[in-house]
Amino acid sequence: MSFLLRSLLFVVLALPVLVHSAEPQVHEFTLENGLKVLVKEDRRAPVVVSQVWYKVGSSYEYGGITGVAHLLEHMMFKGTKKHPPGEFSRIIAANGGSENAFTGRDYTAYFQSLEKSRLAVSFELEADRMRNLQLLDEEFQKERQVVLEERRMRTDDKPRAKTYEYFNAMAHTNGGYRNPVIGWADDIKHLTVADLNDWYQRYYAPNNATLVVVGDVDPNEVLALAKKYFGPLQPSSLKSVKPRTEVEQVGPRRMTVRLPAKQPFLVLGYKVPALKNVQDEVEAYALEVLAGILDGGNSARLATRLVRGQQIAVSAGAGYDLYSRLPSLFIVEASPAPGQTVGALEQALEREIRLLQEKAVSQQELDRVKAQVLANAIYERDSVFYQAMQLGTLETVGLGWKRMDEYVERINAVTAEQVLAVARKYLIDDRLSVAVLDPLPMTNKQPAQAQPGGRHAR
Amino acid sequence: MHVKRFAGFTVFFLILLSTCAQAGPEIQHWISSKGARVYFVRTQGLPLLDVRVVFDAGSARDGKQFGVAALTSTLLDAGAGGWDADTIARRVEGVGALLSTGVSRDSAWLALRSLTDSRKLTLALDTANAILRAPTFEQKDFDRKKKQMLVALQRREESPGALANVAYFKALYGDHPYAHPVNGFTDSVKPLSRDHVMSFYRRYYVANNAVVVIVGDVDRGQAEAIAGTLLRDLPEGERAPALPAVVVAPAGKTERIQFASEQTHVLSGMPVVRRGDPDYVPLYVGNHILGGSGLVSKITEEVREKRGLSYSAYSYLVPMARKGPFTMGLQTRNDQTDQALEVMLQTLNDFIAQGPTDKDLGDAKKNITGGFVLRIDSNKKLVEYVAMIGFYELPLDYLDRFPEQVEAVSREAVADAFKRRIHPDRFQTVLVGGGAKPGGE
Repeated sequence: MSFLLRSLLFVVLALPVLVHSAEPQVHEFTLENGLKVLVKEDRRAPVVVSQVWYKVGSSYEYGGITGVAHLLEHMMFKGTKKHPPGEFSRIIAANGGSENAFTGRDYTAYFQSLEKSRLAVSFELEADRMRNLQLLDEEFQKERQVVLEERRMRTDDKPRAKTYEYFNAMAHTNGGYRNPVIGWADDIKHLTVADLNDWYQRYYAPNNATLVVVGDVDPNEVLALAKKYFGPLQPSSLKSVKPRTEVEQVGPRRMTVRLPAKQPFLVLGYKVPALKNVQDEVEAYALEVLAGILDGGNSARLATRLVRGQQIAVSAGAGYDLYSRLPSLFIVEASPAPGQTVGALEQALEREIRLLQEKAVSQQELDRVKAQVLANAIYERDSVFYQAMQLGTLETVGLGWKRMDEYVERINAVTAEQVLAVARKYLIDDRLSVAVLDPLPMTNKQPAQAQPGGRHAR
Repeated sequence: MHVKRFAGFTVFFLILLSTCAQAGPEIQHWISSKGARVYFVRTQGLPLLDVRVVFDAGSARDGKQFGVAALTSTLLDAGAGGWDADTIARRVEGVGALLSTGVSRDSAWLALRSLTDSRKLTLALDTANAILRAPTFEQKDFDRKKKQMLVALQRREESPGALANVAYFKALYGDHPYAHPVNGFTDSVKPLSRDHVMSFYRRYYVANNAVVVIVGDVDRGQAEAIAGTLLRDLPEGERAPALPAVVVAPAGKTERIQFASEQTHVLSGMPVVRRGDPDYVPLYVGNHILGGSGLVSKITEEVREKRGLSYSAYSYLVPMARKGPFTMGLQTRNDQTDQALEVMLQTLNDFIAQGPTDKDLGDAKKNITGGFVLRIDSNKKLVEYVAMIGFYELPLDYLDRFPEQVEAVSREAVADAFKRRIHPDRFQTVLVGGGAKPGGE
């Protein structure tokens, strides 16, 4: 469901900060061992967030070891020579902090939020586990079970999440976004401590990481602290990552996912470039605006026309990931209203796509998207955590944090003609994948061998 | 898309549970000319404003029409003051404002976030006022929203976690207005009519039943004007009467609901604490140690860290207008459900029998007080806390006092509060899962 969240909160989550005249600037440093340090002052409250971002995520995984990035992330809390398993969390807690970590397709990141005077506590622990992790088999065996439980909770028992998993595996042929972030269950079951150790040795090094600090801090003092704790760490000689460029799609792809469920569900994905790999950057920003035209709130097209107007959908969303490392999917998803078929809903979505290709969007729609972008740029500065997330994401996917500064301006420059052009170029059949969740009765867990008629009444 | 190492109840806690700050915010409070309670905090640094208008109009006020509070709330912005849903959405989003409505068991609210730019703010506030003052509840909108709600209720049947929650509240609250889910049931929503919604709205969306919360970069004069605009032409009406007291079932029960899932979702607990309860602070600190502090809590340690039985295992307290639940929960592979439940209950029993150690208590205090400032470090978090203080009429210096009260709690006070208030033999336990029923359909 992570995607659903992203699409519904499109404006809140996907758009970065406005560089306002009053906004404090970002200070960038690089330590001798290659660790990049980004510091942004936000003095509104006496707090600090510290995040360590590694340039590795599930899209770096290859066949048979999917889930290794995420399982290693769990094991990063399981001790070093200096700190036994669990102590990391206990020390942060005793300092009034909160902490967690997350793995995405393009990154693995660790963070602590603390009262501002405790920053050194976080640095000491993060620096230690960057190079000195001890992977104990007994801890690994238990944590693998925890991750399998996590997978059951997030995916296996959620029909839509599972539909997305199958959908991504169909839409991508050989590229890094084919596999789920958490990994396939069978791969997780067969991971070994040695797999995790290889991963750790290869990717966890100061010259493959970015330290991001946002809060009530002095940039030079942060630099001094970073030097003290992270400075002594040895860099690695980093092997280049094989590109595994996604092969060209040569026709539409379609699948039916039959699972016990109560409601059908439809997802469409068009292969599109991201800012990082698009030839003409205007196109990426135009795709971002296009997502806002379709799903930038209650006044956007999907809600206005499909949910309220035609009442063919009970919910509908669209999303585009401007900042992914690899080319990704422009997603449109929807659930049919009662009495409507998935087929009719799909046709309605296709009509919306065609309209975008035939007629330029109105000035009023463009103005609305731009007004939202401007406002959200301010709203996002209410959260120190979110500000750090933006810096970390851009730096880690290889765009560089400075691209953040251009965002509002670039969106503002997008024209209706440019939106029309990307709709015509990218929202086409040859780039399309479609998945339909076709509900099976809830009481029967496994689809029976023979399904007369092929389709099930709910 | 990302997967987190630990999905605790962080967000949940920030919104629902109390807490505080060494230097809490200065909350200004007054009663509007219409009788609404107004709470205002000035924050500076960003040109934005957060507003909540909270009504005592949650699902506990549904009467026999389970779901009517939720349906009323979701219909507010579907047409008001001569504007249809499209126009309302365009007005709000055209100035970059964020407007939503929501509902819980205790309350219903309108939330607005806007820039302080006067043209934009005025437009957003006028729209919010229309939504509160003159929703039209047109038949076609009513029909559409009701359909959407019925679909959502069907989807609830896909989720073992959601079903566990429904069964758990029913087991805890019996005939009390807290027993039914906020969105009601298919059978209770189907017969709802536009008249039900309109009379619910007229009774509860009135100034005397409202709390207005304003947090942002405006001064007192502006805040008074904002409160005035929001409540303009809203009838004074009457405050909702107190909800009935909760009667806790004398004996515990265990209910197993078969569900075709890989995991079984387990919830176990009882109604314990209301807002303003004198035992709240020792119970809060005890729960923090037991299951409320994520990865370092005792339940997580026993269930997850030592045995790998669950991704998420926790306990929490939700103080409400009347006794809200103390709940323990986890999800685990079907075949190890009994083991996981036993470990969780044993952890609780040990904690009640022995109380916290000095170290447990010291660590909890350090975590709660040392990180208190994190809980109110943004406008967004602050407006949630002030809304809680306002709605439940807690002291205005609540956020200042809470850390002091935590600091003052003794080991004996925690042990005593748990012994007196938490009774595992009266726990209602709900298990949803187990896999497909033998024999299919």
